[in-house]
Amino acid sequence: MKIEFEHRQAAHCESGVTCNLLRISSNNKITEPLAFGIGAGLFFAHIPFIKINNGPAIAFRTLPGHIFSRTCKSLGIPVTRKKFSSKERAEVFLQECLNNGHPVGCQVGVYYLPYFPKEYRFHFNAHNIIVYGMEADKYLISDPIMENPTTMDSYQLERVRFAKGVLAPKGHIYFPENGSEITDEQIRQAIKNGIKKNVNTMLYIPGSFAGVAGIRNTGKKIKKWRDKLGLQKAGSYLAQMVRMQEEIGTGGGGFRYIYAAFLQEADSWLPGNRLAEISEMFTKAGDLWRAAAVQAAGIYKGRISSQGDFDLMGDYLIEISALEKEAFLALKKIKWQ
Amino acid sequence: MKKDEVPQDLGSLGKITKEVCYATDSSGKYVTQLSSGWDVKTKALDVAWEDIKKRVEHAKEQVLNKSASPLLFFMEYRLMDINILAGYTGFWKWQVKRHLKPTVFNKLPEKKLQKYADAFNIKVEDLKSMTVHEN
Repeated sequence: MKIEFEHRQAAHCESGVTCNLLRISSNNKITEPLAFGIGAGLFFAHIPFIKINNGPAIAFRTLPGHIFSRTCKSLGIPVTRKKFSSKERAEVFLQECLNNGHPVGCQVGVYYLPYFPKEYRFHFNAHNIIVYGMEADKYLISDPIMENPTTMDSYQLERVRFAKGVLAPKGHIYFPENGSEITDEQIRQAIKNGIKKNVNTMLYIPGSFAGVAGIRNTGKKIKKWRDKLGLQKAGSYLAQMVRMQEEIGTGGGGFRYIYAAFLQEADSWLPGNRLAEISEMFTKAGDLWRAAAVQAAGIYKGRISSQGDFDLMGDYLIEISALEKEAFLALKKIKWQ
Repeated sequence: MKKDEVPQDLGSLGKITKEVCYATDSSGKYVTQLSSGWDVKTKALDVAWEDIKKRVEHAKEQVLNKSASPLLFFMEYRLMDINILAGYTGFWKWQVKRHLKPTVFNKLPEKKLQKYADAFNIKVEDLKSMTVHEN
């Protein structure tokens, strides 16, 4: 069985899955940046006391699952989502969905993903793919970050759907129900909601671990890493931050470029609200994140190592924090036209 | 980032797929552009793997001088921690911790060893002898 489905490559897995699953009901209007922005995907968090792969737990995007559910909710699309304790029932349900003609999103772990290069296999459980049929005992897979669709056999798919560890997917499966067609008015309203939500998550989460305050705080911490951790470990920490920021699935610049693309598109939906102008601030933020990554690389390559280099590294983040704060305040102040 | 500034340094992923980046064209409009990699992040990934290699080497030494069971070696080799290994095998975390002791590990029945072997995607005899077949 094969469901009519067109694979399209995206920068980020979850917004890619979301826009690919919504393509038909939105009549191609929900692009990847729109899904990312409506889902309020932009974020920063540096969770204290937790280590991931023996390095700092830093995230540049919102929690897995949120982009899909927020986007569908904002657009008034009913959603089916399920998790399973039994592997058998998870596969039966998947088969039922496919038989009913639904391509489905699945949360998977990347460690045992057969088509990923070995260097990219970590125990990261918040990857998303679409299953859109079965041919000759192989599931047809559309992984939005890959150029081409691929396949997995039943065992391979089960293994990644039931990957273990932090954020274990537990067979998590989701898809939008066939509802009424999405109207332009709904999209405009959803864009406003998405921006409002993102203003809240970046500016108003209490404490100093998340949002623009989190960026500033991490900048301050980095300045102390050289003395506190030693050069070697500080280098590894910075390398981990750069990976979270730039690796495949981010669209570059810690998702800031996708967000800038979203605001630019939003400007054509809601003209007269200075969104294109604010978009440029996020482009600048993305450029600064990348400049910071180059500085970090100097440190973990061992090319530069003085305290002055760490101070400069930290200052980049403090500058970014101020810029993003200004940008989100500008978004907050919009009186919608 | 401008479209023509999107880096094209071939990384390990670039050999399998290019990745989508968002960048601006000459009129400032956002478009997608494929990238085959960026050496800044290739090096970041190298750093992560160098760290893992060191941890695996250290684990191997501990197994050879009998201060840990081969589980520790494969746990590091598969980038796992006790939590992940407990998840894949169905054992409790305290059980996994016990099995990390060579004296306890050596007495484990075949059935339990098989669970660990499955979790690591290896054979039981390789688990016992700490043999790695590259796959």
